Amino acid sequence: MNTRTQTIEEAHPYITERESADWPAYNCPQENVVELLRYLKDEQDFDFLSDLTAIDHFDTRPRFEVVYHVYSTERHEYLRVVTPCSGEADPVCPSVVDLWATADWHEREAFDMFGIQFEGHPDLRRILMWDSYPYHPLRKEFPLAGKEVEFPDEDLVEATGKTVEPAPMMGGPFHASHTGSMVDREPRADDESWNEHNERRDTPGEEPGPPRELRGKH
Amino acid sequence: MAIKEVSIGDIGARSAAAEQEFHGDQMMINIGPSHPATHGVLRLRVELDGETVTGCDPVIGYLHRGDEKIAENMTYNQFVPYTDRLDYIGPIHNNITFALAVEKLAGLETPERCQAIRLICCELARLQSHLLGCGVYGMDCGALTVFMYTFTEREKLYTLIEQLTGARFTTSYARIGGVARDIPDGWLGNVLKVMNELEPVIEEIDKLLSRNRIFWDRTVDVGVVSKEEAIAYGLSGPNLRASGVAMDLRKDAPYLGYENYDFDVPIGTNGDCYDRWMVRLEEMRQSVRLIRQAVEKMPEGPWYAEDAKKIFAPPKDKVLSSMEELIQNFMIVTEGPQMPPGEVYFEAENPKGTLGFFIVSKGGGVPYRMKIRSPSFCNLSILPKMVPGHIVPDIPVLLGSLDFVLGECDR
Repeated sequence: MNTRTQTIEEAHPYITERESADWPAYNCPQENVVELLRYLKDEQDFDFLSDLTAIDHFDTRPRFEVVYHVYSTERHEYLRVVTPCSGEADPVCPSVVDLWATADWHEREAFDMFGIQFEGHPDLRRILMWDSYPYHPLRKEFPLAGKEVEFPDEDLVEATGKTVEPAPMMGGPFHASHTGSMVDREPRADDESWNEHNERRDTPGEEPGPPRELRGKH
Repeated sequence: MAIKEVSIGDIGARSAAAEQEFHGDQMMINIGPSHPATHGVLRLRVELDGETVTGCDPVIGYLHRGDEKIAENMTYNQFVPYTDRLDYIGPIHNNITFALAVEKLAGLETPERCQAIRLICCELARLQSHLLGCGVYGMDCGALTVFMYTFTEREKLYTLIEQLTGARFTTSYARIGGVARDIPDGWLGNVLKVMNELEPVIEEIDKLLSRNRIFWDRTVDVGVVSKEEAIAYGLSGPNLRASGVAMDLRKDAPYLGYENYDFDVPIGTNGDCYDRWMVRLEEMRQSVRLIRQAVEKMPEGPWYAEDAKKIFAPPKDKVLSSMEELIQNFMIVTEGPQMPPGEVYFEAENPKGTLGFFIVSKGGGVPYRMKIRSPSFCNLSILPKMVPGHIVPDIPVLLGSLDFVLGECDR
């Protein structure tokens, strides 16, 4: 493995080692990440994209990082590649759908949850939340209790003439209908006071994104 | 009498026009999200040309609970019950995969007895999952009897799980650094008894369907996924192995001491629906084999990591009788198991495929970010590629052969 990491490092001098508790990990500048992953796939046999996700660092810059876990089905080794996203409110990252078809859904999920724009993705739309949902829930400023959204689906509103008020924790066709406020039924959800990273958030250097707001009724 | 001459070209054009008139435009139909063939709340937007599917767009997310967001807001042990709800067909395996991922972050090794207990649990979960998978797959193909056989056996497995964990379904059995409690007296004997009853049933299922002409017609050469496609779409578990890729993390990156047991990994050749059935069937036999070995050499000794004073809450009788353990218990319950900062990615061979946890820790008892790599999510992503070209009645067969669960896909 040592010689292999050396080969990779020599072929790509722009990558730097990243701290990792398990597998070898590299930081890679955004403009080279597709090139690096293509090299890993074609020449180093990391043929399987196990996972693609993002991290929101919130108070350090760059704020968003995209993480790739590639796996070699021949040698049974993993490798982690991390690339920072350019842009703060609208982070951008190149797409790797051309390399692995599985990246399609993974990138859609990262877009849905973090709002990362994957350049070159053939069909970048939300995957877990519904299409007209306005927020990116895994961003750190998004509260655990969710935010009220007035219009779940424009088509639905047009057809029924009604507005529905679902929140992320009570959406879906199989959830029991509700009366009253969600906070009364799920009191834990609004209570984030004990949470460690909230305490740190009280003294931010600069606040990216919209400020945290408690839901209107409470 | 004049005979009008027509050229071949005219006939061709006219018949093409008639064809067009006959078929009309392509039709969009909606299947799900609440439909018995979709095994949960999967919704498919299918484009049809007559009976032939020309396009398929899966719509997921109806069961999205925001598990990753929830994980960022609670301690590691508090998240164990949420892992039950991922792949709820074999929930105990998710508990253990999650515990293994966090233990990897902590650099913690569990004792041999704990590993053997966990291995039995994992294989019981695999049997649970495959029994359901094969049963409903038979139903999807029109063979209702198999389901009765598999569910009878599955019920016995639930009884075993209940004896061990106190719960039939939502087990929450694993803890970081161990399991919730040691195995009860006589449980291993019960396991062996159930295995002895289960084995002939697997053979019976095999006889019922594997050489059945109707079943062949429904599954052979249907939904063929090539080796390259399977890797590109990130398939894992039985679906990947049916396409001929020998990837099984129990062999490739052994955890829980799988390297000390004898078992075979079945590999398909064609990657069609029939191969996926055969792979699952054989995996059940191998699971029985693994459980027998684990029961036979169940080691004595501690069943949790006794040295991990900041991670594993000690058993209740010790908490109530010793000051030190009372404090230890209090700290773990209030602050969570204490983890070093770091990034770790762990995958295990779950019944449905490789379930992975990517944990970013900044120290303390709460993860900063936790990503769940769910096998069903990746397995379903091949549908837009796989379904077009088949006819509508093939869709339930294709879905059944992929054996997914939406609780895990949507998280």
